[in-house]
Amino acid sequence: MSTTVLDRPAPAPRLIDHFESGLNSPICLTWELTYACNLSCIHCLSASGRRDPRELSTDECKAVIDELQRMQVFYVNIGGGEPTVRSDFWEIVDYATSHDIGVKFSTNGVRITSELAEKLAANDYVDIQISMDGATAEVNDAIRGPGSFDLAIRALERLSAAGMTRLKLSVVCTRTNIGQLDQFKEIADLYGAQLRLTRLRPAGRGADSWHDLKPTQEQQRELYQWLLAHGEEVLTGDSFFHLSALGGSLPGLNLCGAGRVVCLIDPVGDVYACPFAIHEEFLAGNIRGEGGFGEVWRESELFTRLRAPQTGGACKSCAFFDTCRGGCMAAKFFTGLPLDGPDPECVRGFGEDALADSTAERPKPSGDHSHLTSPPRPRAVRLTLEMQRPTGPPVAACDASPLAGMQMN
Amino acid sequence: MTDITPESVLRLHDRVSVRPEPFGALLYHFGTRRLSFLKSPSLLAVVDALGEDRTVADALSIADVPDAQRPAMIRAITTLRDSEMLVEVAA
Repeated sequence: MSTTVLDRPAPAPRLIDHFESGLNSPICLTWELTYACNLSCIHCLSASGRRDPRELSTDECKAVIDELQRMQVFYVNIGGGEPTVRSDFWEIVDYATSHDIGVKFSTNGVRITSELAEKLAANDYVDIQISMDGATAEVNDAIRGPGSFDLAIRALERLSAAGMTRLKLSVVCTRTNIGQLDQFKEIADLYGAQLRLTRLRPAGRGADSWHDLKPTQEQQRELYQWLLAHGEEVLTGDSFFHLSALGGSLPGLNLCGAGRVVCLIDPVGDVYACPFAIHEEFLAGNIRGEGGFGEVWRESELFTRLRAPQTGGACKSCAFFDTCRGGCMAAKFFTGLPLDGPDPECVRGFGEDALADSTAERPKPSGDHSHLTSPPRPRAVRLTLEMQRPTGPPVAACDASPLAGMQMN
Repeated sequence: MTDITPESVLRLHDRVSVRPEPFGALLYHFGTRRLSFLKSPSLLAVVDALGEDRTVADALSIADVPDAQRPAMIRAITTLRDSEMLVEVAA
């Protein structure tokens, strides 16, 4: 949510132009604390599952917070992986909030005990997002895994009972859940949570599930109308600016903020342009470098390039370019489309045409921390081991030939 | 809410953080979780100059705001008051 306070209606550069050329510090920053996760969601942006042994230590995390405080980053969106599985998670949260950095964190609910719920409710600098991708267990668990719906509901119940008011229900919109938007709203209302809807992106494991899960064109229109009807009471993380071409702009900045107003720090300290672009192509540097995060933000070659004026390419002549601005860079990249062309989900259908014509290979993921057993593979055939009773005298040691005991016909 | 006049006295909300940026400044309210953008360095100068012992007119003078721009500045201050970034101090 934001408001713009204008000096005067002079023909000054628009705010969006300033944002495109980058800010002194990010407005907000996503920080994935770990790649470890108890779940294996089929659309996971960071292809999480296993912990990376090079993960930042507690002290390194605190040093990052010190630097973010110096840069006046107002808040961080902490995610993962499942951030709460880090044994120092609460220590990191407390450190951040006592250093003027608000924390908004996403969790599947696995570690939200009643005791922790009380503690979180008492910290006014903490917001919590519970992830849920279906308003029923059937729809949710098909994406997030068995038992994950109940886990999320349990966390909502505990947080709500503890009086947590800064609670959000976070939903990635897919083909299987767009018909449930009203139900999600009811669940959110029931627990005093705010509903947050975001876009499915073809990053991480999402690259493999995107095709089957992405909303249809019809559903895009349904979603757009629903968002218009609910206005600012529903959060979107500015996810759906590519839907602006369906009519008027949705609330929010309506611009790709990658490397300009947002970025991502991953569990090993790598800095990427945005949370949806964990790929070496969008790697700006590492916070373990001498200049720390600040230098990466201010001076990296990648971010400098992203802040330069963009040409708009094939989209420039579109009447909606000013609001849609070519859509999501990560969505284009991971589907093998040129970055200056239409978004794969362009509501005017140009993305689908481009995908159909595209001969480019989709980029291979450059980091995969998936559980080695996920997505669940068919279980091995159950074997019963039996001892065969010797039918003759044991093979004598001196008969230890490969053919010993064989009956030759 | 009352109208903001040159005689009003306002200060920054205790939970608001101000970060200068090339275009002016970014304000973040830790209570309401809202961001505001001050889209000019002169508006930032006015916000910096506001305080318990000064009227809006004093702040506008300290920030060297030309007369022609003062009505627009007062409108901007009103917007900031309405979003709780600034709080009115009883005169």
